[in-house]
Formats: sequence, structure tokens, C-alpha cells
Amino acid sequence: MVGEQLTSDGRLRHLLTLEGLPRETLLSILDAAASFVSVGEREVKKLPLLKGKTVFNLFFESSTRTRTTFEIAAKRLSADVISLNVATSSQSKGETMLDTVQNLEAMDADMFVVRHAASGAAHFIARHVRPHIGVINAGDGRHAHPTQGLLDMFTIRQFKGDFAPLSVAIVGDVLHSRVARSEIHALRTLGVRDIRVVAPRTLLPAGVEELGVKVFHDMNAGLRGVDVVMMLRLQNERMKGSLLPSAGEYFKNYGLTPEKLALAAPDAIVMHPGPMNRGVEIDSAVADGPQAVILPQVTFGIAVRMAVMNLLIGDAA
Amino acid sequence: MKIHLRGGRVIDPASGFDQIADVCIAAGRVVSVGQAPADFNAQRVIDVSGLVVAPGLVDLAARLREPGLEHKATLESEMRAATVGGVTALACPPDTDPPLDEPGLVEMLKFRARNLPGPRVYPVGALTLGLAGATITEMSELTEAGCVAFSQADAAITDTQVLMRAMQYAATFDYPVWLRPQDPHLARNGVAHEGALAGALGLVGIPVVAETLAIATILQLMRVTGARVHLCRLSSAAGVELVRAAKSEGLPLSCDVAAHHLHLTDAGLARFDAQLHLMPPLRSESDRQALRAGVLDGTIDAVCSDHAPLDDDTKEVPFAESESGATGLELLLPLTLAWAAELKISLPAALAAVTCRPSRVLGLTLGQLHDGAPADVCVFDPDAVWVVTRNALVSQGRNSPFLGQTMRGRVRYTIIDGHLDFEAKD
Repeated sequence: MVGEQLTSDGRLRHLLTLEGLPRETLLSILDAAASFVSVGEREVKKLPLLKGKTVFNLFFESSTRTRTTFEIAAKRLSADVISLNVATSSQSKGETMLDTVQNLEAMDADMFVVRHAASGAAHFIARHVRPHIGVINAGDGRHAHPTQGLLDMFTIRQFKGDFAPLSVAIVGDVLHSRVARSEIHALRTLGVRDIRVVAPRTLLPAGVEELGVKVFHDMNAGLRGVDVVMMLRLQNERMKGSLLPSAGEYFKNYGLTPEKLALAAPDAIVMHPGPMNRGVEIDSAVADGPQAVILPQVTFGIAVRMAVMNLLIGDAA
Repeated sequence: MKIHLRGGRVIDPASGFDQIADVCIAAGRVVSVGQAPADFNAQRVIDVSGLVVAPGLVDLAARLREPGLEHKATLESEMRAATVGGVTALACPPDTDPPLDEPGLVEMLKFRARNLPGPRVYPVGALTLGLAGATITEMSELTEAGCVAFSQADAAITDTQVLMRAMQYAATFDYPVWLRPQDPHLARNGVAHEGALAGALGLVGIPVVAETLAIATILQLMRVTGARVHLCRLSSAAGVELVRAAKSEGLPLSCDVAAHHLHLTDAGLARFDAQLHLMPPLRSESDRQALRAGVLDGTIDAVCSDHAPLDDDTKEVPFAESESGATGLELLLPLTLAWAAELKISLPAALAAVTCRPSRVLGLTLGQLHDGAPADVCVFDPDAVWVVTRNALVSQGRNSPFLGQTMRGRVRYTIIDGHLDFEAKD
């Protein structure tokens, strides 16, 4: 898998997953992102690094936040960016994904930012594009969401500094979460000492321990003393059925309330990839409270995506 | 045509015969094995020294895609692939379009197959109409039309009462029931073995218990209905264990495994290669070892190709959206030889798993090579090395998890019912 996104000399060609990416690569992206954060604070929020490049946002699955932040990132780097909601256009007319990609290649694309409901979709596209095109996985099924993982690492580093001594809890629907998988790979690579997942058995993938995490079913035990709480989104259709009995019972057991947060370290930060379900996975008092860093995550997301885009197809690439 | 195969290593797995000998064939029968009769006047004398002369292979699962799925493959293309692979008799599952659920369809298939060169074709009829799992088919009519067993192919019967009645009805007339054991609920949306790898990759898993639960249900129903059952495509160590125990209890049970399951595991899924999307899913290394051992000790009666030719478009999509299956007729022999070589199994014992043992499952006496046997013969070079490429395959389906890999063992001649249906050019 590593071979698909790295060139033989170790340069990043695509960003498909954080699994297997060397620590130095992760850190260099975070460093580059740090230099881009200030761009957003300027009067003229633009750099010419991707001038003349064409970026296609290919969203086979709908998304507002991720698509928007990728769009802003590309625009701040002066790229021409076109966002396609493929779910509602050519695919519904019966065009295959490969045909869509090849048509856009013929329009001289330099980069595809891909979101798709099937795990492995970005790998599939990366395998079929021309050599000069970079592919960024913006979320493939349950598999990976590497830029989200990176922006979460960036956020942790901003607020906590060193990764090694940290204790981090990931709480919620790990089973269906590409965010959780990317976070776990990144936290491990960056040497985080204590990585925990907190969820009922129905929301954990088989063999999750083999990802290098400690499993907790009791949220109180899982949060005790942690420095970072990473909440996951619970999708509406999973709140009631054979995975969970109700949103109410889920909140009772796994919702982040001020009382539960009090079990974590006093200076613990609370993260969420958004969009939040207030009152389901997180209490508003926590989401809007002093320990939440959920909005900074969004801001950092733009800088991280700028860093990745520049790394893949910027002039220095 | 009278054919004289001279000087080959003749193997009859059923009797254990394994000697350098001549084989003479006339009028669709093996006339002699050993010294050729002095008065035998062959029209064709073939020097097969250095080659193995074996019974033709008997494959318990080869989809020929007719009727209705000709865009994937045709009877012509797949029967040709079978002869190139040394397969001289095959059972075809009922998952055509429409499914083989009425006598006319079966008669047409038999008629079309009879008029083409290639293997003997034994249709497996649908157990329920449209494979929908609700109404049982006219099994007697279908048997008269040529069906040798009844199956749901890869479609499950979700209603256990229907399954029980289908087994009762089949048992009334002693028709064999072939079932692929997989609980449809536990396998819902699944595309890969449920384990750490599928978990990490975010692929929806099919747990081993989907197989063992289905086997346990079938075994219980066998005890009360008296049905004869053949379990198709075991995939797990726990499944093999259940079959082993049921056989020692004396239940009339047989089972098979797909050749690719003897060689591949879910470890290859990390690249999301759609060619590895197979049903049942490729499981863990310990499952693979148990399947290999199960064939060796006879718990698993036969190795089959589970041949499923597909058009390229169905694999040119992300893993979970791809259609499952692999083309297999041309790889059955080399994959069986590779299993035998790796486990240091003798050639006669290895060939039994693809000749006389599957023939016994079908209730036939094919897959044998002795005086008077039907002249279905596969002559192969056990040391010929070749690479599986799209161009090297004759099947219309070029979908294989083994593309690019090197195989050892290649068919040189295939004789079916006394006719030389295939002769390698090089």
C-alpha cells in the first residue's frame, strides 16, 4: 500500500492513507502546514504555488465541509479548482468512474481530490491516472481520511506539543469511521504512548486491537487521565437498529458530558471531525466549552490541505 | 478415432496405477493400458514420453454463462477453456439468467453442449424457482432433463422452513442437494473475511460463523430429512472441522473447495485488488492450511475451479463494488499440482482430488483410466512452466487473482469420449 503513494525515492506521489507513511513525512507535512496557517490571517490570502494547476474535487459521496476546505486550500494556492458532485451528475447517467476520471484527465487535470463511499476507491483511481497526476483521498468508505488524520495531528501538536507522552481516547463509532482509522495510524507513527478506543462492541471492527489500541467499553474508564478526547460522529441511520437501541441510550453511555470530561486530565482537549450531533455524541456544554478545539481543527484543516497539495503537485514536487 | 498414446507416465488415481505404459483408445473407450494390443491399428500415434497420461479432470463448479450471460462468456468459449485446462467433465451451477429452474432450459443447455466439442456437461438444477428461495422446482422433471443435483448456487435460502422442505422433497427421490454454506444475514453486504485486515481496511466482513452456523443448520436438517448433501466451497478451518465430525458420524455428506482457496489468503487484500474479491472470501492462513489438510485427508472430497468468467468492467471498479469470482478452468490442474508439490503429495493422490473423487460426488464412474473406462484423458507436462497472462487464457473471462504469476504444469492433449479435442500447438 505504501508503494502506491510513495515514489521509489520516498517522495509522496498520492496521499491515500496514513498507514505506512514514515514519521518524517508526517512531520514534514505538519511543519509545512504551520507555515501556511498565517496565510489565512493575511489581507490577501493567496500564494502563487499552484498557479496554472487544475485541481478537480471529485465527490462521489456528498460532503460540504471537506469539499469546501479543499476548495479554499486550492484557491489559496492559486490553483484553478473545479468541484464536481459526481453523485448527482455523470454517474447517475451510467458513466463508470473510470470514464469520469479519464474525461477529466483529458481536460488536463493535475490533481484529483476524491471522496467515495467504497473503501479503496482512491487507491483504484490512483492506480489508473496518468503519472503526473496527484490523487488525494478525501475519504473512502470506512477505510481512510488521511487529511483529517493529519489536521487532527496538527491540532494536537498545536495544543499539546510533544506526541510521545500523550494519552489519547477515540470515542464512538469506530466501526464505520475512516477518520478513526487514519487517526490511529498517525498516532502510532508519531509515537503516542497510550491510544484508546471507547465504544460498544457493536461499533468496533473485528481485530481492532491489532491496530495497536487499547479497547474500552466503559467510557468512564476510557477517559480517565487522557490528554486528548477525539469524538466520532454517529450517523443518523445507525442510532436505532441492530447496532444501537436509541440515540438516547447511546448518549447515556458514550456521549461526552462535562461530568465524563472531568475524568480526563484537567487540561485535556476535545476534538470532533464534524458535523456534530449535539446531544447524541457530545453535550453542547462540552462542544462550546473551553476545552473544545473543534473550530481550530477546521481552520488548521485548510493549512494542512494546502501543505499536502503543494507537496504533491507544487513546483517543488 | 483410434488413438495410441505411447510411452507416457500413466496414472489412474482410483487404483493407484502409476507406470510408464501405452494407452490405446477406440470407440470412446480405453481399450488397453500397458502393452498395446498387437492388432491395434491407430489412426493417430502420439509419443507422450516425458508426459503424464491421466484421466480427464472432473470439475464440480464451472459457470458456462449460458443462457443469458453471454456478455461474460459463451458456451463455446468456456467449453474450449475446459478442454485447454484438461477438464473433460463439469457440473455447472444454476446461476444463469434465467436460472436453470425449468426443464426446457436444461434440455437446451444439454443440446447446445452436446453439439460442441468439449467436456461432458452436467447441469445442476435450481433448488427453488428463480433461486428465490421460496418455491421448490420440479425436481423430477429437471432430473429427467439432465440435472444431476439441485442447488441455490450463491443465492441463499433465508427461510429455514423452505430449506427443510426442499431437502425433504429432494430426499424423497434421493436427489442430491448442493449448498454453499453461508448465513445470508451474517454475510450481509460482506466482501471480505472478517478479521483484523478487513477491519483496518474498512471492508465489510463476512465472519467465519456465517459459514459454521449455516453448516450446523444444514447438518441438523440432514439428520431429520435424510437428504444427501454436498457442501460447496468450504472456506474455514472451523467449517472443515464440522464436516470431519459429521462424516465420522456417518451423515451422507460430501464437500469441495475452490482451488484458489488452497493458495490465497486475505493478506493480499491490502492493495484492494478486485481480482481477490471471491466468494466465499479468502480467509486467514490457518484457514488455508486447514483446507489444504482437509483435501489431503479426504474430509474435503474434491478441488474445483469455481470457474466464474466475468467481463472486465465488473472488476474495473473499487473492491467492494466489484463482482466476485475468478476464471479457473485453465488453472485447476496447475493449482492442484502446486498444492501437491508444496505438501509433498504423490501425483496419483493429488490427481484423485480432481478426477475420481469429484466423479464420485456426481455419482459417476468418470475420472478413471483403465481397460474399458470412458476415454476421457488429460495428457500434461508436469514440468512445463508458464505465466498466467490475459493472452494465455482461452476463457472469455480474464479475471484471475493469479495474473502475472508462474504456473507449473500444462495440458498437452485432451481426449474426450475418444475424440482428440485439444492439442497444444507449441
